[in-house]
Amino acid sequence: MIALRNVSMVFNPGTVNENQAISTINLRVKEGDFITVIGSNGAGKSTLFNLIAGTIIPTGGGITLNGRDITREPEFRRARHIGRIFQNPLLGTASNMSLEDNMMITYKKGFKWLKRSLNNRMRDYFRSELTQLRMGLEDRMKENLAMFSGGQRQALTLLMMVLSKPDLILLDEHTAALDPKNAQIVLELTHKFIREYKLTSMMITHNMNHAIEFGNRLLMMDKGEIIFDVQGEEKQALTVEKLIEKFHQIRHKSFENDRTLLSED
Amino acid sequence: MIEAILVEGLIYGIMVLGVFITFRVLDFPDLTVDGSFPLGAALMVQCILLGTNIWLALLVAFIGGVLAGVTTALIHNHLKVPNLLAGILTMTMLYSINIRIMGNRANVPVLKQETILSKVTELFSGSIPDEYIMLIFFVVVVGVIKVLVDLFFRTDLGMTMGAMGNNEQMVISQGVNPKTLKTIGVGLSNGLVAISGAFAAQYLGFADVGLGQGIIISGLASVMIGEFLVMKSNRIGILTLCAITGSILFHGVMYLGRYYGYLIEMTPNDLNLIKGLLIIVLLIVTQSKKLKKAAIRAMVDK
Repeated sequence: MIALRNVSMVFNPGTVNENQAISTINLRVKEGDFITVIGSNGAGKSTLFNLIAGTIIPTGGGITLNGRDITREPEFRRARHIGRIFQNPLLGTASNMSLEDNMMITYKKGFKWLKRSLNNRMRDYFRSELTQLRMGLEDRMKENLAMFSGGQRQALTLLMMVLSKPDLILLDEHTAALDPKNAQIVLELTHKFIREYKLTSMMITHNMNHAIEFGNRLLMMDKGEIIFDVQGEEKQALTVEKLIEKFHQIRHKSFENDRTLLSED
Repeated sequence: MIEAILVEGLIYGIMVLGVFITFRVLDFPDLTVDGSFPLGAALMVQCILLGTNIWLALLVAFIGGVLAGVTTALIHNHLKVPNLLAGILTMTMLYSINIRIMGNRANVPVLKQETILSKVTELFSGSIPDEYIMLIFFVVVVGVIKVLVDLFFRTDLGMTMGAMGNNEQMVISQGVNPKTLKTIGVGLSNGLVAISGAFAAQYLGFADVGLGQGIIISGLASVMIGEFLVMKSNRIGILTLCAITGSILFHGVMYLGRYYGYLIEMTPNDLNLIKGLLIIVLLIVTQSKKLKKAAIRAMVDK
């Protein structure tokens, strides 16, 4: 699937602001993996996602997708294979357009031509897919997305991404900006879609319980490195306590600060 | 008087549609307009003088405008120049190019030659009162252009372009290069502006290098007046109709200024000041409207 070889990232090299965001990362994501990523602020989680998605180009190493070198491929081209959801629910949808227009735009990846694809057959298809969200959005197809709540928009972004059938999905704390109830709904939908559509996925979370509960593999990052990579049965047996202890072992430092950052509820 | 205002409003309405596309749909403030408007006029007039088929001449003007817009987009995309500056660069270069096109002259008249307008007048003269021929002709022309623009923004490409002005990240996530979309959009917009310039030159009877001076402000003011009239809408058909109506109203105000301004000791030289003040007033009103809405929402939330 996707593989990172000795990937490193330095911001502002050679200046006083030089910042080694990613030291050296080697990672192979297998098809069907659901990987949760945890780590305190500044650990390099989002930088890792930016590197995979192509928002930034690594300063060292290489990235391959299904055996193809994509290290320098621009973000928009990679986006045909990689879906991404951001923390900000506004980034996945266009506020000034109707729900059906939004779904039409995201229906197929790649350049759009002078064709009018939005017809009644498409509308019926969108409507039936929208029922999966159980939010009643199927009756609001003509409304502008500006009228929808953050939770509804994030659920929509998720659905629209799933329908475009990406090879890999990146979830960048996609529930962090939502209220607890909506966060729970979106998280459940995420889990449901990943299972039903057998999506290969990576999810950044600040919630250790979620990181343990979901997925078949867990990565813990600190200071631009993956310090802990666990999968299979070992992952199933993890608890929050074990995770904290593990961090302590590896880093020989107190988890005090990080404990507050990596919330347990 | 009223026909003159309507005809002028409609001719410049084509330009306003172009400005609407860049400023409102693409969120790309494009100043190329000041150069591409006289470019359309110069190309049209020069083609007429060369004896080219007049419809071919219109096509040449359109293509010229598209190329001007594409130049601005390419400068912005590949040299990482802010879009405003890219537009000013193209606009400045077009000043020289326009004079070249007009054979090193700043003003070229087309009074004796056959133009699209003279041909249409000739064709319908007698069956329709002369003063209405132009009006009906431009209602049809602008109507057709409006419908074509509407259709474009309902295609997959047009909708994606609409999303870009609002959320560029979404377009990138769909695997579309925003640079390509900007190039197409700004090109199309300036093509419309050049067509507007081509018709303006035939209507006025000359092409002038100064024809486009401050035209972007007229365009923007028209778009804003149009938006002011109707509540927010997501229907492209309504938005383009607003832009054209805005243009007509704007030219109504300018017409009054030009012909009756002397009553308050205003000269035609004051018109640019009036245009600017008009935009400022519209901005203030829109702002206070927004603030009021926010205040009401805050009260309801409590």
